[in-house]
Amino acid sequence: MSIKLITALMAMAPMAAQASSQYNLTQGVTDISQRVFDLHMTIFYICCAIGLIVFGAMFWAVIHHRKSKGSKPASFHENVKVEILWTVIPFVILIGMAIPATSTLIAMEDTSEADVTVLVTGSQWKWHYKYLESDVEYFSLLATQREQIENKLEKGENYLLEVDRPLVIPTGKKVRFLITSDDVIHSWWVPDFAVKKDANPGFINEAWTQVNEPGIYRGQCAELCGKDHGYMPVVVIAKSPADYESWLAEQEEIQRQAKAEEQRLLAMSMEMDELMELGERVYIGSCAACHQANGEGIPGVFPGLKGSAMVTSDMDAHIDIVVNGKSGTAMQAFGNQLSLKELAAVITYERNAWGNNTGETVQAADVNAFMNQ
Amino acid sequence: MSTVVGEMDQHDHHHAPSGISRWLFTTNHKDIGSMYLWFSFIMFLVGGSMAMVIRAELFQPGLQLVDPHFFNQMTTVHGLIMVFGAVMPAFTGLANWMIPMMIGAPDMALPRMNNWSFWILPFAFAILLASLFMEGGGPAFGWTFYAPLSTTYSSDSTALFVFSVHIMGISSIMGAINVIVTIMNMRAPGMSYMKMPLFVWTWFITAFLLIAVMPVLAGAVTMVLTDKYFGTSFFDAAGGGDPVMFQHIFWFFGHPEVYIMILPSFGIISAIIPAFSRKRLFGYASMVYATAAIAGLSFLVWAHHMFTTGMPVFAELFFMYCTMLISIPTGVKVFNWVATMWRGAMTFETPMLFALAFVILFTIGGFSGLMLAITPIDFQYHDTYFVVAHFHYVLVSGAIFSIMAAAYYWLPKWTGHMYDEKLGKLHFWASLISVNVLFFPMHFAGLAGMPRRIPDYSLAFADINQIVSIGGFAFGLSQLIFLWVVIKCVKGGEKAPAKPWEGAEGLEWTVPSPAPYHTFDTPPEVK
Ligand code: HEM
Ligand SMILES: [Cu+2]
Repeated sequence: MSIKLITALMAMAPMAAQASSQYNLTQGVTDISQRVFDLHMTIFYICCAIGLIVFGAMFWAVIHHRKSKGSKPASFHENVKVEILWTVIPFVILIGMAIPATSTLIAMEDTSEADVTVLVTGSQWKWHYKYLESDVEYFSLLATQREQIENKLEKGENYLLEVDRPLVIPTGKKVRFLITSDDVIHSWWVPDFAVKKDANPGFINEAWTQVNEPGIYRGQCAELCGKDHGYMPVVVIAKSPADYESWLAEQEEIQRQAKAEEQRLLAMSMEMDELMELGERVYIGSCAACHQANGEGIPGVFPGLKGSAMVTSDMDAHIDIVVNGKSGTAMQAFGNQLSLKELAAVITYERNAWGNNTGETVQAADVNAFMNQ
Repeated sequence: MSTVVGEMDQHDHHHAPSGISRWLFTTNHKDIGSMYLWFSFIMFLVGGSMAMVIRAELFQPGLQLVDPHFFNQMTTVHGLIMVFGAVMPAFTGLANWMIPMMIGAPDMALPRMNNWSFWILPFAFAILLASLFMEGGGPAFGWTFYAPLSTTYSSDSTALFVFSVHIMGISSIMGAINVIVTIMNMRAPGMSYMKMPLFVWTWFITAFLLIAVMPVLAGAVTMVLTDKYFGTSFFDAAGGGDPVMFQHIFWFFGHPEVYIMILPSFGIISAIIPAFSRKRLFGYASMVYATAAIAGLSFLVWAHHMFTTGMPVFAELFFMYCTMLISIPTGVKVFNWVATMWRGAMTFETPMLFALAFVILFTIGGFSGLMLAITPIDFQYHDTYFVVAHFHYVLVSGAIFSIMAAAYYWLPKWTGHMYDEKLGKLHFWASLISVNVLFFPMHFAGLAGMPRRIPDYSLAFADINQIVSIGGFAFGLSQLIFLWVVIKCVKGGEKAPAKPWEGAEGLEWTVPSPAPYHTFDTPPEVK
């Protein structure tokens, strides 16, 4: 019975592996990912063949050389020729594997002569993309609603694999990624490109891809990076070069306008209601992962803001920690992540939510003044 | 044999102290061996219950039972307990019981140190487990505790984590020194190195690995401690350090460590397969050389855990080639076991069943290891469930199955009773089926792109995870059968003869069952 079970399993493995990419490595959408896939299947089949021979011999012995069948034990216990043979043959097989592996690896690590370069920065728990040849840069955050994660809403098709602002790259061009981190180690992974590279704080890694087909490609952070490691997906949209160029121009324009708007806002002041409403949205998006939606934090890990001395009194210190972060801790500098208006709103929110009721508002101009001190 | 029994009678007046002080102050290798084995089994159940929490959370997508921070504590402490609390102490327990009896020595060479190296362990794990109840929770950075997640970004339980790893390390080093000194000095006359049973040989080599790498682990945790609390920056680029250096140091310990957890298994399997094939082990000498080769190579492959960290191509190639090479001596072992069975006269008692399952399932783990060794494809596999499947094949259906096999094989010698063969077989079949339902589908989850160490996953992985969780619960429950078998066997059962297995070889079978409190007070003569 056991034999049948195991042979059945062994027969199933390659079938299941080929059946669909739902249960196998993806072939991906780049020449490299195709080579990686082919290498994967080659090594897999070699292992299956060796397994068949070794397990076959073992089961032959188990079936035929058993005491209950009257088998009498032989007395041989070594054979130099056989032993040399089964050392040398595997060695030759390994060389056969090493050759394609080496050439594929060398091709993968050649990041020279790129057409486009993107700086990818990981931080707890989001990605930041910056196009080095233009002014465009932005954060990319998980877009799945909290309610889906907490099983209060039905989960969507791309549950946990969707972001608010995907990375956009052109097809048919060599795109180079410079990868780094602002805090702990993350790992930027898109299976369809066969690209996975660690984002190490203080160091810059390189990787590249050249995508053949337009499409949306999804991946995830692959290195344990703390509490919400499971919630920092990577989404990349590959567009034809023309579409990419117009997208990029559009983004540049939008970012220019946003900056102008920012300046204009400095002269205006916002009402408490307005600030609280925007502040809550920003808080949920940027702060709640650590300080929690109820402002109580996680004792011993992330400090609570509800009733905190800094948040209820010292306004300058409060603006300072939000804008500049606190080095040596998980508290990031949000000054370059949020607009002045958003900063003002979220600080106002923290000073008035959860019974903090200071009644104070902070305006974009206040934040700006602080930053220019 | 009669001389040995006569020897025992003489020593009958040496009454061991009774009650708790017998266990607290004992210097007897058999008592200490038993304590190690019970301790490791308790830790196996504790670590196992954490695995049940993990599998329950992963039964469905979405967050149901625990929050992500607690989930990370579970994966971390599960890993630490299974490695340092279950597998390693089980091997040390077997070494304590069996090495003196196998080489014809009266006890371990350093009996007081032996007592100490066991008794500090419960404290180490009490500290680790207690840290889970601290404000901020226990360690949540994975058993690999990569900096800076374990330094700047960890909670204050890190100090306790460091302290407890230090104690575990000291315990292992003392145990290893004891094994080496015992083997080098206390072999019976005529027991030359090349006559030692393979279990003794593999443990001898393991002990050297332990002495070489446990201090490295101690260094790593100490640097984590000073980076976190005393302002050093070993692993912080802002102060001139490098977080990737942490990984080099950790894996320089970590890779030999995985061999520490499998070499003694090779020794156990090399005892059991010949016994139940009624035929001498094939290629004894090549087994010894292969073990030494694996141990030597294990120092040259650490960075295969770090292919995605951005090493230069040259380094990636070097570590890929060295890792591939390890599969040669590993293959030699498997071929030797199959050749031992070939034209033997096999029977299939529970120890043999576990040994056979070991050969197949460990080899499957070796195959996935070979796939992981190929750098360009490791980029795809790394940090996915494919790796989780790999190391559970070699550690659960490898190391732990071999420990089960050893327990069934030597239980008659330890207790003087035969275990219940029916229950043993039930335990085996339940474990074999459930372990495969648990770990085989993980390969597919990993290939399809599921990262490891996540509390929640996309819908594509839902079916696989459900199957895996069911396998997990079944495997967990199956181990309670083992507890039942052992208790039943300790309490009573058919009387075991001195040598209950027809084909078994070795000095341990020349003393009565149960083995008397003192054996080989005068050394036996080995021809
Ligand atoms: C033919 C022999 C083996 C080869 C070629 C091999 C290769 C590898 C490789 C390349 C990895 C890294 C995968 C990755 O993270 O991307 C790995 C992981 C691992 N291997 Fe093996 N391995 C072998 C045997 C073993 C054995 C015998 C054990 C233990 C008994 C073991 C335990 C582990 C563990 C625990 C990990 C994962 C550690 C972690 O990241 O948490 N391996 N193996
Ligand atoms: Cu390794």
